[in-house]
Amino acid sequence: MSDVQDYSSRLSDPNSRKMGTFSYLPQLTDDELRKQVEYIVAKGWNPAIEHTEPENATSNYWYMWKLPMFGETDVDAVFQEVELCKTANPKNHVRLVGYDNFKQSQGTAMVVHRAEIRA
Amino acid sequence: MNAQNPPGKYSAGVKEYRETYWEPNYTPKESDILACFKITPQPGVPREEAAAAVAAESSTGTWTTVWTDLLTDLEYYKGRAYAIEDVPGDDESYYAFIAYPMGLFEEGSVVNVFTSLVGNVFGFKAVRALRLEDVRFPLWFVATCDGPPHGIQVERDKLDKYGRPFLGCTIKPKLGLSAKNYGRAVYEALRGGLDFTKDDENVNSQPFMRWRDRFEFCQEAIEKAEKETGERKGHYLNVTAPNVEEMYKRAEFAKEIGTPIIMSDYLTLGWAAQASLSRWCRDNGMLLHVHRAMHGVIDRHPKHGINFRVLAKMLRLLGGDHLHSGTVVGKLEGDRAATLGWIDLMREKVVKEDRSRGIFFDQDWGQMPGVMPVASGGIHVWHMPALVNIFGDDACLQFGGGTLGHPWGNAAGAAANRVAVEACVKARNEGRELEKEGKDILTKAAQHSPELKIAMETWKEIKFEFDTVDKLDVAHR
Repeated sequence: MSDVQDYSSRLSDPNSRKMGTFSYLPQLTDDELRKQVEYIVAKGWNPAIEHTEPENATSNYWYMWKLPMFGETDVDAVFQEVELCKTANPKNHVRLVGYDNFKQSQGTAMVVHRAEIRA
Repeated sequence: MNAQNPPGKYSAGVKEYRETYWEPNYTPKESDILACFKITPQPGVPREEAAAAVAAESSTGTWTTVWTDLLTDLEYYKGRAYAIEDVPGDDESYYAFIAYPMGLFEEGSVVNVFTSLVGNVFGFKAVRALRLEDVRFPLWFVATCDGPPHGIQVERDKLDKYGRPFLGCTIKPKLGLSAKNYGRAVYEALRGGLDFTKDDENVNSQPFMRWRDRFEFCQEAIEKAEKETGERKGHYLNVTAPNVEEMYKRAEFAKEIGTPIIMSDYLTLGWAAQASLSRWCRDNGMLLHVHRAMHGVIDRHPKHGINFRVLAKMLRLLGGDHLHSGTVVGKLEGDRAATLGWIDLMREKVVKEDRSRGIFFDQDWGQMPGVMPVASGGIHVWHMPALVNIFGDDACLQFGGGTLGHPWGNAAGAAANRVAVEACVKARNEGRELEKEGKDILTKAAQHSPELKIAMETWKEIKFEFDTVDKLDVAHR
Protein backbone atom coordinates (compact mmCIF):
# COMPACT_ATOMS: atom_id res chain seq x y z
CA MET A 1 0.00 0.00 0.00
CA SER A 2 2.97 2.29 0.49
CA ASP A 3 2.95 2.88 -3.28
CA VAL A 4 -0.64 4.06 -3.23
CA GLN A 5 -1.04 7.82 -3.12
CA ASP A 6 -3.91 9.47 -1.27
CA TYR A 7 -6.29 11.69 -3.21
CA SER A 8 -6.09 14.92 -1.27
CA SER A 9 -9.42 16.56 -1.92
CA ARG A 10 -11.28 17.87 1.14
CA LEU A 11 -14.56 19.61 1.91
CA SER A 12 -12.59 21.69 4.41
CA ASP A 13 -10.10 22.88 1.80
CA PRO A 14 -11.47 25.56 -0.58
CA ASN A 15 -8.59 24.79 -2.93
CA SER A 16 -10.27 21.46 -3.68
CA ARG A 17 -13.02 23.32 -5.57
CA LYS A 18 -12.90 23.10 -9.32
CA MET A 19 -14.61 25.31 -11.87
CA GLY A 20 -15.09 23.52 -15.16
CA THR A 21 -12.91 23.22 -18.22
CA PHE A 22 -9.15 23.54 -17.60
CA SER A 23 -9.52 23.64 -13.82
CA TYR A 24 -7.60 20.34 -13.64
CA LEU A 25 -4.64 21.77 -15.55
CA PRO A 26 -1.95 24.18 -14.37
CA GLN A 27 -2.90 27.86 -14.71
CA LEU A 28 -2.67 28.95 -18.36
CA THR A 29 0.35 31.03 -19.28
CA ASP A 30 -0.16 34.25 -21.27
CA ASP A 31 0.88 32.45 -24.45
CA GLU A 32 -1.51 29.61 -23.80
CA LEU A 33 -4.34 32.03 -23.09
CA ARG A 34 -3.75 33.81 -26.39
CA LYS A 35 -4.04 30.49 -28.22
CA GLN A 36 -7.39 29.77 -26.59
CA VAL A 37 -8.62 33.23 -27.56
CA GLU A 38 -7.50 32.50 -31.13
CA TYR A 39 -9.53 29.29 -31.04
CA ILE A 40 -12.69 31.11 -29.92
CA VAL A 41 -12.23 33.77 -32.57
CA ALA A 42 -11.51 31.20 -35.29
CA LYS A 43 -14.71 29.38 -34.38
CA GLY A 44 -16.65 32.56 -35.03
CA TRP A 45 -17.82 32.70 -31.42
CA ASN A 46 -18.27 35.91 -29.44
CA PRO A 47 -15.74 36.23 -26.61
CA ALA A 48 -16.97 37.20 -23.17
CA ILE A 49 -15.34 37.50 -19.75
CA GLU A 50 -16.88 36.61 -16.39
CA HIS A 51 -15.56 36.65 -12.85
CA THR A 52 -16.67 35.66 -9.38
CA GLU A 53 -15.63 35.47 -5.76
CA PRO A 54 -14.37 31.91 -5.24
CA GLU A 55 -17.08 31.17 -2.67
CA ASN A 56 -19.80 31.95 -5.24
CA ALA A 57 -18.27 30.00 -8.12
CA THR A 58 -21.02 27.35 -8.25
CA SER A 59 -23.61 29.86 -9.45
CA ASN A 60 -24.76 29.78 -13.06
CA TYR A 61 -24.24 33.49 -13.22
CA TRP A 62 -20.79 34.90 -12.58
CA TYR A 63 -20.41 38.68 -12.92
CA MET A 64 -20.17 39.75 -16.55
CA TRP A 65 -17.14 41.90 -17.19
CA LYS A 66 -18.74 44.65 -19.28
CA LEU A 67 -20.60 43.04 -22.21
CA PRO A 68 -19.70 40.12 -24.49
CA MET A 69 -17.30 41.38 -27.17
CA PHE A 70 -19.59 40.84 -30.14
CA GLY A 71 -17.69 40.49 -33.38
CA GLU A 72 -14.30 41.06 -31.72
CA THR A 73 -11.61 39.16 -33.62
CA ASP A 74 -8.53 40.94 -32.28
CA VAL A 75 -6.80 38.48 -29.95
CA ASP A 76 -4.86 41.26 -28.21
CA ALA A 77 -8.03 43.20 -27.46
CA VAL A 78 -9.61 40.17 -25.76
CA PHE A 79 -6.41 39.35 -23.91
CA GLN A 80 -6.24 42.96 -22.72
CA GLU A 81 -9.79 42.78 -21.33
CA VAL A 82 -8.92 39.63 -19.38
CA GLU A 83 -6.00 41.53 -17.85
CA LEU A 84 -8.20 44.51 -17.01
CA CYS A 85 -10.78 42.24 -15.38
CA LYS A 86 -8.07 40.51 -13.32
CA THR A 87 -6.60 43.81 -12.15
CA ALA A 88 -9.97 45.21 -11.18
CA ASN A 89 -10.97 42.01 -9.36
CA PRO A 90 -7.78 40.61 -7.88
CA LYS A 91 -9.54 38.26 -5.48
CA ASN A 92 -11.79 36.68 -8.13
CA HIS A 93 -11.70 33.72 -10.50
CA VAL A 94 -11.91 34.72 -14.16
CA ARG A 95 -13.27 32.71 -17.04
CA LEU A 96 -13.39 33.16 -20.76
CA VAL A 97 -16.58 32.29 -22.60
CA GLY A 98 -17.18 31.81 -26.33
CA TYR A 99 -20.84 32.40 -27.13
CA ASP A 100 -22.09 30.36 -30.09
CA ASN A 101 -25.17 32.17 -31.31
CA PHE A 102 -26.08 29.39 -33.77
CA LYS A 103 -26.21 26.75 -31.09
CA GLN A 104 -27.72 29.35 -28.74
CA SER A 105 -25.32 28.19 -26.07
CA GLN A 106 -21.77 28.63 -24.91
CA GLY A 107 -19.37 26.95 -27.34
CA THR A 108 -16.83 26.94 -24.58
CA ALA A 109 -16.20 28.37 -21.13
CA MET A 110 -12.80 27.95 -19.54
CA VAL A 111 -11.21 29.17 -16.35
CA VAL A 112 -8.29 31.44 -17.28
CA HIS A 113 -7.37 32.78 -13.87
CA ARG A 114 -7.71 31.20 -10.45
CA ALA A 115 -7.65 33.50 -7.49
CA GLU A 116 -5.34 32.57 -4.65
CA ILE A 117 -7.16 31.00 -1.73
CA ARG A 118 -5.71 30.59 1.75
CA ALA A 119 -7.50 27.74 3.44
CA MET B 1 -61.16 6.18 -56.60
CA ASN B 2 -58.23 6.89 -58.81
CA ALA B 3 -58.99 8.58 -62.15
CA GLN B 4 -55.81 7.42 -63.91
CA ASN B 5 -56.28 3.80 -63.01
CA PRO B 6 -59.97 2.96 -62.94
CA PRO B 7 -60.38 -0.20 -60.91
CA GLY B 8 -60.84 -3.35 -62.88
CA LYS B 9 -63.21 -6.12 -62.04
CA TYR B 10 -62.44 -8.23 -59.00
CA SER B 11 -60.45 -11.28 -59.96
CA ALA B 12 -59.39 -13.63 -57.19
CA GLY B 13 -55.95 -15.27 -57.10
CA VAL B 14 -52.27 -14.59 -56.59
CA LYS B 15 -50.70 -11.77 -58.63
CA GLU B 16 -47.03 -11.12 -59.02
CA TYR B 17 -46.03 -8.38 -56.60
CA ARG B 18 -44.06 -6.43 -59.18
CA GLU B 19 -47.19 -5.70 -61.22
CA THR B 20 -48.40 -3.52 -58.37
CA TYR B 21 -45.48 -2.63 -56.09
CA TRP B 22 -42.46 -2.10 -58.40
CA GLU B 23 -42.44 1.43 -59.84
CA PRO B 24 -38.99 2.35 -61.12
CA ASN B 25 -40.30 5.67 -62.48
CA TYR B 26 -41.69 6.83 -59.16
CA THR B 27 -40.24 10.06 -57.75
CA PRO B 28 -40.39 9.99 -53.94
CA LYS B 29 -42.39 12.77 -52.32
CA GLU B 30 -41.08 15.02 -49.54
CA SER B 31 -43.76 13.58 -47.29
CA ASP B 32 -42.92 9.90 -47.96
CA ILE B 33 -41.16 7.76 -45.43
CA LEU B 34 -38.28 6.17 -47.36
CA ALA B 35 -36.53 2.96 -46.46
CA CYS B 36 -33.49 1.18 -47.78
CA PHE B 37 -33.49 -2.59 -47.28
CA LYS B 38 -30.67 -4.97 -48.03
CA ILE B 39 -32.38 -7.99 -49.55
CA THR B 40 -30.91 -11.46 -49.83
CA PRO B 41 -33.50 -13.31 -51.91
CA GLN B 42 -34.29 -17.01 -52.12
CA PRO B 43 -32.62 -18.54 -55.16
CA GLY B 44 -34.61 -17.99 -58.34
CA VAL B 45 -36.63 -14.99 -57.10
CA PRO B 46 -36.00 -12.04 -59.46
CA ARG B 47 -34.75 -8.80 -57.84
CA GLU B 48 -37.75 -6.71 -58.79
CA GLU B 49 -40.14 -9.33 -57.51
CA ALA B 50 -38.40 -9.61 -54.13
CA ALA B 51 -38.16 -5.81 -53.78
CA ALA B 52 -41.82 -5.43 -54.68
CA ALA B 53 -42.73 -8.20 -52.25
CA VAL B 54 -40.94 -6.39 -49.42
CA ALA B 55 -42.76 -3.15 -50.34
CA ALA B 56 -46.08 -4.98 -50.39
CA GLU B 57 -45.62 -6.94 -47.19
CA SER B 58 -44.43 -3.90 -45.26
CA SER B 59 -47.41 -1.81 -46.40
CA THR B 60 -50.81 -2.82 -47.75
CA GLY B 61 -50.24 -6.18 -49.37
CA THR B 62 -51.21 -9.66 -48.45
CA TRP B 63 -50.45 -12.89 -50.30
CA THR B 64 -53.65 -12.96 -52.36
CA THR B 65 -56.01 -10.43 -53.86
CA VAL B 66 -59.03 -9.70 -51.66
CA TRP B 67 -62.28 -8.03 -52.76
CA THR B 68 -62.03 -5.36 -50.06
CA ASP B 69 -58.91 -4.03 -51.87
CA LEU B 70 -61.42 -2.45 -54.22
CA LEU B 71 -63.06 -0.43 -51.42
CA THR B 72 -60.03 1.83 -50.98
CA ASP B 73 -57.49 3.77 -52.99
CA LEU B 74 -54.74 1.18 -52.92
CA GLU B 75 -52.87 3.17 -55.50
CA TYR B 76 -52.34 5.79 -52.77
CA TYR B 77 -51.75 3.52 -49.79
CA LYS B 78 -49.30 1.05 -51.23
CA GLY B 79 -45.57 1.14 -50.55
CA ARG B 80 -43.53 1.32 -53.75
CA ALA B 81 -40.17 -0.19 -54.51
CA TYR B 82 -38.66 2.54 -56.69
CA ALA B 83 -34.98 1.65 -57.02
CA ILE B 84 -32.60 -1.28 -56.78
CA GLU B 85 -28.83 -1.03 -56.36
CA ASP B 86 -25.96 -3.47 -56.08
CA VAL B 87 -24.33 -3.94 -52.70
CA PRO B 88 -20.62 -3.22 -53.19
CA GLY B 89 -18.55 -6.37 -52.84
CA ASP B 90 -21.58 -8.67 -52.64
CA ASP B 91 -23.08 -10.61 -55.57
CA GLU B 92 -25.87 -12.16 -53.60
CA SER B 93 -27.64 -9.22 -51.96
CA TYR B 94 -28.86 -5.85 -53.20
CA TYR B 95 -30.40 -2.67 -51.84
CA ALA B 96 -34.07 -1.99 -52.48
CA PHE B 97 -35.45 1.51 -51.91
CA ILE B 98 -39.07 1.75 -50.88
CA ALA B 99 -41.33 4.77 -50.48
CA TYR B 100 -44.30 4.77 -48.11
CA PRO B 101 -47.04 7.44 -48.27
CA MET B 102 -47.68 9.50 -45.11
CA GLY B 103 -51.25 8.27 -44.80
CA LEU B 104 -50.02 4.81 -43.82
CA PHE B 105 -48.74 5.95 -40.44
CA GLU B 106 -49.98 7.34 -37.14
CA GLU B 107 -48.44 10.73 -36.43
CA GLY B 108 -45.73 10.69 -33.76
CA SER B 109 -45.72 6.89 -33.49
CA VAL B 110 -42.33 5.29 -33.94
CA VAL B 111 -44.01 2.09 -32.78
CA ASN B 112 -46.46 2.23 -35.67
CA VAL B 113 -43.85 2.97 -38.31
CA PHE B 114 -41.65 0.07 -37.30
CA THR B 115 -44.49 -2.37 -36.86
CA SER B 116 -44.99 -1.85 -40.60
CA LEU B 117 -41.41 -1.53 -41.79
CA VAL B 118 -39.90 -4.40 -39.83
CA GLY B 119 -43.07 -6.33 -39.09
CA ASN B 120 -44.24 -9.51 -40.81
CA VAL B 121 -42.01 -8.82 -43.78
CA PHE B 122 -38.95 -10.04 -41.87
CA GLY B 123 -40.35 -13.55 -41.74
CA PHE B 124 -41.40 -13.50 -45.37
CA LYS B 125 -40.47 -16.62 -47.36
CA ALA B 126 -39.38 -15.00 -50.65
CA VAL B 127 -36.40 -13.42 -48.89
CA ARG B 128 -33.70 -15.44 -47.20
CA ALA B 129 -32.46 -12.50 -45.18
CA LEU B 130 -33.49 -8.87 -44.88
CA ARG B 131 -31.84 -5.87 -43.29
CA LEU B 132 -33.22 -2.40 -42.80
CA GLU B 133 -30.21 -0.18 -43.57
CA ASP B 134 -31.68 3.32 -43.30
CA VAL B 135 -34.95 5.21 -43.02
CA ARG B 136 -35.66 8.79 -44.09
CA PHE B 137 -38.18 10.37 -41.75
CA PRO B 138 -39.96 13.31 -43.38
CA LEU B 139 -40.23 16.55 -41.42
CA TRP B 140 -43.94 16.07 -40.71
CA PHE B 141 -43.11 12.85 -38.88
CA VAL B 142 -40.12 14.29 -37.02
CA ALA B 143 -42.24 17.23 -35.86
CA THR B 144 -44.97 14.96 -34.50
CA CYS B 145 -42.52 13.03 -32.29
CA ASP B 146 -41.45 14.38 -28.87
CA GLY B 147 -37.72 13.90 -29.38
CA PRO B 148 -35.10 14.31 -26.64
CA PRO B 149 -36.48 15.63 -23.34
CA HIS B 150 -33.78 18.34 -23.25
CA GLY B 151 -31.05 17.85 -25.82
CA ILE B 152 -27.36 18.66 -25.79
CA GLN B 153 -27.47 22.45 -25.30
CA VAL B 154 -29.98 22.38 -22.46
CA GLU B 155 -28.04 19.62 -20.74
CA ARG B 156 -24.85 21.71 -20.92
CA ASP B 157 -26.69 24.71 -19.49
CA LYS B 158 -28.22 22.68 -16.67
CA LEU B 159 -24.84 21.18 -15.78
CA ASP B 160 -22.81 24.33 -16.49
CA LYS B 161 -20.20 22.39 -18.51
CA TYR B 162 -18.89 23.71 -21.80
CA GLY B 163 -16.11 23.27 -24.31
CA ARG B 164 -15.16 19.69 -23.58
CA PRO B 165 -16.64 16.18 -23.69
CA PHE B 166 -18.36 14.94 -20.54
CA LEU B 167 -16.68 12.15 -18.61
CA GLY B 168 -18.47 9.17 -17.14
CA CYS B 169 -17.85 5.78 -15.61
CA THR B 170 -19.91 2.63 -15.24
CA ILE B 171 -19.66 1.24 -11.74
CA LYS B 172 -18.20 -2.27 -11.61
CA PRO B 173 -18.60 -5.06 -10.73
CA LYS B 174 -21.89 -4.48 -12.44
CA LEU B 175 -23.73 -6.90 -10.18
CA GLY B 176 -23.32 -7.90 -6.57
CA LEU B 177 -22.30 -4.77 -4.67
CA SER B 178 -24.35 -3.61 -1.70
CA ALA B 179 -25.97 -0.19 -2.09
CA LYS B 180 -23.63 1.45 0.39
CA ASN B 181 -20.45 0.05 -1.18
CA TYR B 182 -21.80 0.96 -4.60
CA GLY B 183 -22.38 4.53 -3.43
CA ARG B 184 -18.78 4.61 -2.22
CA ALA B 185 -17.54 3.75 -5.72
CA VAL B 186 -19.76 6.51 -7.12
CA TYR B 187 -18.51 9.09 -4.63
CA GLU B 188 -14.85 8.29 -5.28
CA ALA B 189 -15.21 8.58 -9.06
CA LEU B 190 -17.15 11.85 -8.86
CA ARG B 191 -14.86 13.56 -6.36
CA GLY B 192 -11.90 12.70 -8.61
CA GLY B 193 -13.29 14.78 -11.46
CA LEU B 194 -15.82 12.79 -13.48
CA ASP B 195 -19.12 14.42 -14.41
CA PHE B 196 -21.18 11.24 -14.23
CA THR B 197 -21.21 7.72 -13.00
CA LYS B 198 -23.60 5.12 -14.30
CA ASP B 199 -25.67 2.11 -13.35
CA ASP B 200 -25.01 -0.75 -15.66
CA GLU B 201 -27.82 -1.79 -17.96
CA ASN B 202 -28.87 -4.77 -15.88
CA VAL B 203 -28.73 -3.01 -12.53
CA ASN B 204 -32.42 -2.72 -11.67
CA SER B 205 -33.58 -3.88 -8.23
CA GLN B 206 -31.98 -7.18 -7.42
CA PRO B 207 -31.93 -8.78 -3.96
CA PHE B 208 -28.31 -7.70 -3.33
CA MET B 209 -29.19 -4.02 -3.94
CA ARG B 210 -32.77 -2.80 -4.08
CA TRP B 211 -33.37 0.28 -6.18
CA ARG B 212 -34.45 2.60 -3.39
CA ASP B 213 -31.33 1.94 -1.32
CA ARG B 214 -29.14 2.48 -4.37
CA PHE B 215 -30.86 5.76 -5.21
CA GLU B 216 -30.41 7.14 -1.69
CA PHE B 217 -26.75 6.18 -1.30
CA CYS B 218 -25.86 7.42 -4.79
CA GLN B 219 -27.62 10.71 -4.17
CA GLU B 220 -25.58 11.28 -1.01
CA ALA B 221 -22.44 10.51 -3.04
CA ILE B 222 -23.45 13.05 -5.70
CA GLU B 223 -24.22 15.76 -3.17
CA LYS B 224 -21.00 15.34 -1.25
CA ALA B 225 -18.88 15.26 -4.43
CA GLU B 226 -20.65 18.43 -5.62
CA LYS B 227 -19.87 20.26 -2.37
CA GLU B 228 -16.30 19.05 -2.41
CA THR B 229 -15.48 19.88 -6.04
CA GLY B 230 -17.85 22.78 -6.62
CA GLU B 231 -18.94 21.13 -9.88
CA ARG B 232 -22.27 19.59 -10.86
CA LYS B 233 -22.40 15.81 -10.85
CA GLY B 234 -24.82 13.04 -11.69
CA HIS B 235 -25.30 9.31 -11.51
CA TYR B 236 -27.52 7.66 -14.12
CA LEU B 237 -30.06 5.94 -11.89
CA ASN B 238 -31.50 3.12 -13.97
CA VAL B 239 -35.29 3.14 -13.70
CA THR B 240 -35.73 0.21 -16.10
CA ALA B 241 -38.27 -1.97 -14.33
CA PRO B 242 -40.50 -5.00 -14.86
CA ASN B 243 -43.51 -2.81 -15.68
CA VAL B 244 -44.18 0.85 -16.37
CA GLU B 245 -45.93 1.50 -13.05
CA GLU B 246 -42.75 0.46 -11.27
CA MET B 247 -40.65 2.49 -13.73
CA TYR B 248 -42.63 5.64 -12.93
CA LYS B 249 -42.43 4.93 -9.20
CA ARG B 250 -38.63 4.83 -9.39
CA ALA B 251 -38.49 7.93 -11.60
CA GLU B 252 -40.71 9.87 -9.19
CA PHE B 253 -38.49 8.91 -6.26
CA ALA B 254 -35.40 10.00 -8.20
CA LYS B 255 -37.06 13.37 -8.71
CA GLU B 256 -38.06 13.59 -5.06
CA ILE B 257 -34.46 13.19 -3.85
CA GLY B 258 -33.29 15.81 -6.37
CA THR B 259 -31.13 13.73 -8.66
CA PRO B 260 -30.40 15.30 -12.07
CA ILE B 261 -30.37 12.29 -14.42
CA ILE B 262 -31.96 8.86 -14.72
CA MET B 263 -31.51 6.10 -17.26
CA SER B 264 -33.33 3.46 -19.27
CA ASP B 265 -32.56 0.49 -21.50
CA TYR B 266 -34.78 1.44 -24.42
CA LEU B 267 -34.74 -1.80 -26.35
CA THR B 268 -35.58 -4.11 -23.45
CA LEU B 269 -37.87 -1.57 -21.77
CA GLY B 270 -39.90 -1.23 -24.95
CA TRP B 271 -40.35 1.65 -27.33
CA ALA B 272 -43.70 2.89 -26.07
CA ALA B 273 -42.42 2.87 -22.48
CA GLN B 274 -39.32 4.76 -23.64
CA ALA B 275 -41.45 7.43 -25.31
CA SER B 276 -43.53 7.77 -22.12
CA LEU B 277 -40.49 7.97 -19.86
CA SER B 278 -38.91 10.58 -22.12
CA ARG B 279 -42.05 12.71 -21.97
CA TRP B 280 -42.06 12.34 -18.18
CA CYS B 281 -38.43 13.50 -18.13
CA ARG B 282 -39.25 16.64 -20.09
CA ASP B 283 -42.20 17.37 -17.80
CA ASN B 284 -40.03 16.93 -14.73
CA GLY B 285 -36.74 18.53 -15.75
CA MET B 286 -34.93 15.19 -15.56
CA LEU B 287 -32.12 14.29 -17.95
CA LEU B 288 -32.38 10.84 -19.56
CA HIS B 289 -29.45 8.58 -20.33
CA VAL B 290 -30.24 5.69 -22.67
CA HIS B 291 -28.46 2.37 -22.94
CA ARG B 292 -28.83 0.15 -26.01
CA ALA B 293 -28.58 -3.35 -24.47
CA MET B 294 -29.85 -5.93 -26.99
CA HIS B 295 -28.85 -3.88 -30.01
CA GLY B 296 -26.31 -6.51 -31.03
CA VAL B 297 -29.14 -9.00 -31.51
CA ILE B 298 -30.76 -6.63 -33.97
CA ASP B 299 -27.90 -4.83 -35.69
CA ARG B 300 -24.85 -7.07 -35.76
CA HIS B 301 -25.56 -9.44 -38.65
CA PRO B 302 -24.60 -7.72 -41.90
CA LYS B 303 -27.48 -9.32 -43.84
CA HIS B 304 -30.35 -9.46 -41.41
CA GLY B 305 -31.96 -7.18 -38.88
CA ILE B 306 -31.81 -3.41 -38.48
CA ASN B 307 -28.67 -1.30 -38.84
CA PHE B 308 -27.79 0.65 -35.68
CA ARG B 309 -28.11 3.95 -37.56
CA VAL B 310 -31.85 3.24 -37.75
CA LEU B 311 -32.01 2.36 -34.05
CA ALA B 312 -30.20 5.61 -33.28
CA LYS B 313 -32.62 7.67 -35.36
CA MET B 314 -35.47 5.86 -33.68
CA LEU B 315 -34.18 6.79 -30.22
CA ARG B 316 -33.83 10.45 -31.19
CA LEU B 317 -37.50 10.39 -32.18
CA LEU B 318 -38.64 8.41 -29.12
CA GLY B 319 -36.64 10.68 -26.84
CA GLY B 320 -33.45 10.43 -24.80
CA ASP B 321 -30.64 12.85 -23.94
CA HIS B 322 -27.74 10.37 -24.16
CA LEU B 323 -27.36 7.24 -26.27
CA HIS B 324 -24.53 4.72 -26.42
CA SER B 325 -22.95 4.91 -29.85
CA GLY B 326 -19.90 2.65 -29.74
CA THR B 327 -16.38 3.95 -29.22
CA VAL B 328 -14.58 3.09 -32.46
CA VAL B 329 -11.43 2.50 -30.42
CA GLY B 330 -12.37 0.27 -27.46
CA LYS B 331 -13.26 -3.36 -26.97
CA LEU B 332 -16.70 -3.19 -28.61
CA GLU B 333 -17.77 -3.29 -32.25
CA GLY B 334 -17.69 -0.27 -34.46
CA ASP B 335 -16.52 0.59 -37.91
CA ARG B 336 -15.14 4.13 -37.71
CA ALA B 337 -16.91 5.64 -40.72
CA ALA B 338 -20.25 4.04 -39.88
CA THR B 339 -20.00 5.21 -36.26
CA LEU B 340 -19.23 8.75 -37.40
CA GLY B 341 -22.34 8.52 -39.59
CA TRP B 342 -24.73 7.67 -36.80
CA ILE B 343 -23.08 10.09 -34.38
CA ASP B 344 -24.04 12.81 -36.87
CA LEU B 345 -27.55 11.39 -37.07
CA MET B 346 -27.82 11.69 -33.30
CA ARG B 347 -26.71 15.27 -32.92
CA GLU B 348 -26.78 17.31 -36.16
CA LYS B 349 -29.72 19.31 -37.52
CA VAL B 350 -29.35 18.17 -41.15
CA VAL B 351 -27.43 15.11 -42.30
CA LYS B 352 -26.70 14.62 -45.99
CA GLU B 353 -26.66 11.31 -47.83
CA ASP B 354 -23.13 9.91 -47.63
CA ARG B 355 -22.54 6.32 -48.71
CA SER B 356 -18.97 6.41 -47.41
CA ARG B 357 -20.52 6.59 -43.93
CA GLY B 358 -23.46 4.30 -44.68
CA ILE B 359 -26.01 7.12 -44.85
CA PHE B 360 -28.51 6.44 -47.64
CA PHE B 361 -30.78 9.47 -47.33
CA ASP B 362 -30.71 13.15 -46.47
CA GLN B 363 -32.25 13.56 -43.03
CA ASP B 364 -33.66 16.87 -41.85
CA TRP B 365 -34.34 16.98 -38.11
CA GLY B 366 -36.04 20.37 -38.19
CA GLN B 367 -35.88 21.92 -34.73
CA MET B 368 -35.59 18.63 -32.84
CA PRO B 369 -32.71 18.76 -30.33
CA GLY B 370 -29.77 16.36 -30.60
CA VAL B 371 -28.84 13.33 -28.53
CA MET B 372 -25.42 13.20 -26.86
CA PRO B 373 -23.49 10.15 -28.09
CA VAL B 374 -21.91 8.06 -25.36
CA ALA B 375 -18.65 6.21 -25.99
CA SER B 376 -18.37 3.47 -23.42
CA GLY B 377 -16.52 0.20 -23.11
CA GLY B 378 -12.87 -0.83 -22.99
CA ILE B 379 -11.38 2.66 -23.19
CA HIS B 380 -8.66 4.26 -21.07
CA VAL B 381 -6.45 7.36 -20.99
CA TRP B 382 -4.37 6.29 -23.98
CA HIS B 383 -7.51 6.40 -26.12
CA MET B 384 -8.30 9.96 -25.07
CA PRO B 385 -6.60 11.81 -27.97
CA ALA B 386 -8.40 9.66 -30.55
CA LEU B 387 -11.72 9.94 -28.71
CA VAL B 388 -11.58 13.75 -28.49
CA ASN B 389 -10.65 13.88 -32.16
CA ILE B 390 -13.41 11.50 -33.28
CA PHE B 391 -16.25 12.66 -31.05
CA GLY B 392 -15.48 16.34 -30.52
CA ASP B 393 -16.98 18.12 -27.51
CA ASP B 394 -20.58 16.95 -27.71
CA ALA B 395 -20.13 13.45 -26.38
CA CYS B 396 -19.85 11.60 -23.12
CA LEU B 397 -16.72 9.46 -22.81
CA GLN B 398 -17.16 6.67 -20.29
CA PHE B 399 -14.25 4.91 -18.70
CA GLY B 400 -15.33 1.98 -16.50
CA GLY B 401 -12.28 -0.20 -15.99
CA GLY B 402 -10.29 2.84 -17.15
CA THR B 403 -11.32 4.66 -13.97
CA LEU B 404 -11.97 1.94 -11.40
CA GLY B 405 -8.90 -0.06 -12.42
CA HIS B 406 -6.43 2.68 -11.47
CA PRO B 407 -3.87 1.34 -8.97
CA TRP B 408 -4.68 4.18 -6.55
CA GLY B 409 -8.44 3.82 -6.80
CA ASN B 410 -11.41 5.55 -8.41
CA ALA B 411 -10.65 9.14 -7.44
CA ALA B 412 -7.16 8.92 -8.90
CA GLY B 413 -8.51 7.14 -11.99
CA ALA B 414 -11.10 9.86 -12.44
CA ALA B 415 -8.54 12.63 -12.01
CA ALA B 416 -6.27 10.96 -14.59
CA ASN B 417 -9.11 10.92 -17.11
CA ARG B 418 -10.09 14.49 -16.36
CA VAL B 419 -6.53 15.79 -16.73
CA ALA B 420 -6.16 13.79 -19.96
CA VAL B 421 -9.37 15.12 -21.52
CA GLU B 422 -8.57 18.72 -20.60
CA ALA B 423 -5.02 18.38 -21.94
CA CYS B 424 -6.38 17.00 -25.22
CA VAL B 425 -9.01 19.73 -25.55
CA LYS B 426 -6.43 22.40 -24.81
CA ALA B 427 -4.03 20.94 -27.40
CA ARG B 428 -6.80 20.62 -30.00
CA ASN B 429 -7.80 24.25 -29.45
CA GLU B 430 -4.17 25.19 -29.96
CA GLY B 431 -4.32 23.54 -33.38
CA ARG B 432 -2.34 20.42 -32.59
CA GLU B 433 -3.10 17.05 -34.23
CA LEU B 434 -4.34 14.86 -31.43
CA GLU B 435 -4.00 11.43 -32.96
CA LYS B 436 -0.49 12.13 -34.17
CA GLU B 437 0.81 13.98 -31.11
CA GLY B 438 -1.28 12.18 -28.49
CA LYS B 439 1.62 10.58 -26.69
CA ASP B 440 3.48 13.84 -26.33
CA ILE B 441 0.38 15.70 -25.15
CA LEU B 442 -0.43 13.11 -22.47
CA THR B 443 3.19 12.77 -21.35
CA LYS B 444 3.48 16.53 -20.83
CA ALA B 445 0.17 16.64 -18.93
CA ALA B 446 1.33 13.78 -16.71
CA GLN B 447 4.22 15.90 -15.47
CA HIS B 448 1.66 17.82 -13.39
CA SER B 449 -0.53 14.82 -12.59
CA PRO B 450 0.88 11.78 -10.81
CA GLU B 451 -2.54 10.15 -11.25
CA LEU B 452 -2.27 10.40 -15.04
CA LYS B 453 1.32 9.21 -15.01
CA ILE B 454 0.39 6.01 -13.18
CA ALA B 455 -2.64 5.48 -15.43
CA MET B 456 -0.41 5.73 -18.48
CA GLU B 457 1.97 3.17 -17.03
CA THR B 458 -0.88 0.82 -16.12
CA TRP B 459 -2.64 0.72 -19.48
CA LYS B 460 0.14 1.30 -21.94
CA GLU B 461 0.14 -2.17 -23.46
CA ILE B 462 -3.59 -2.73 -23.84
CA LYS B 463 -4.82 -2.83 -27.41
CA PHE B 464 -8.05 -4.08 -28.96
CA GLU B 465 -7.65 -5.08 -32.56
CA PHE B 466 -10.39 -7.58 -33.31
CA ASP B 467 -11.86 -7.13 -36.76
CA THR B 468 -15.32 -5.61 -36.94
CA VAL B 469 -18.11 -8.04 -37.88
CA ASP B 470 -20.63 -5.47 -39.07
CA LYS B 471 -18.58 -3.53 -41.59
CA LEU B 472 -19.78 -0.96 -44.06
CA ASP B 473 -20.54 -2.47 -47.44
CA VAL B 474 -17.52 -1.76 -49.62
CA ALA B 475 -15.86 -3.72 -52.36
CA HIS B 476 -12.98 -5.48 -50.60
CA ARG B 477 -11.81 -7.49 -53.60
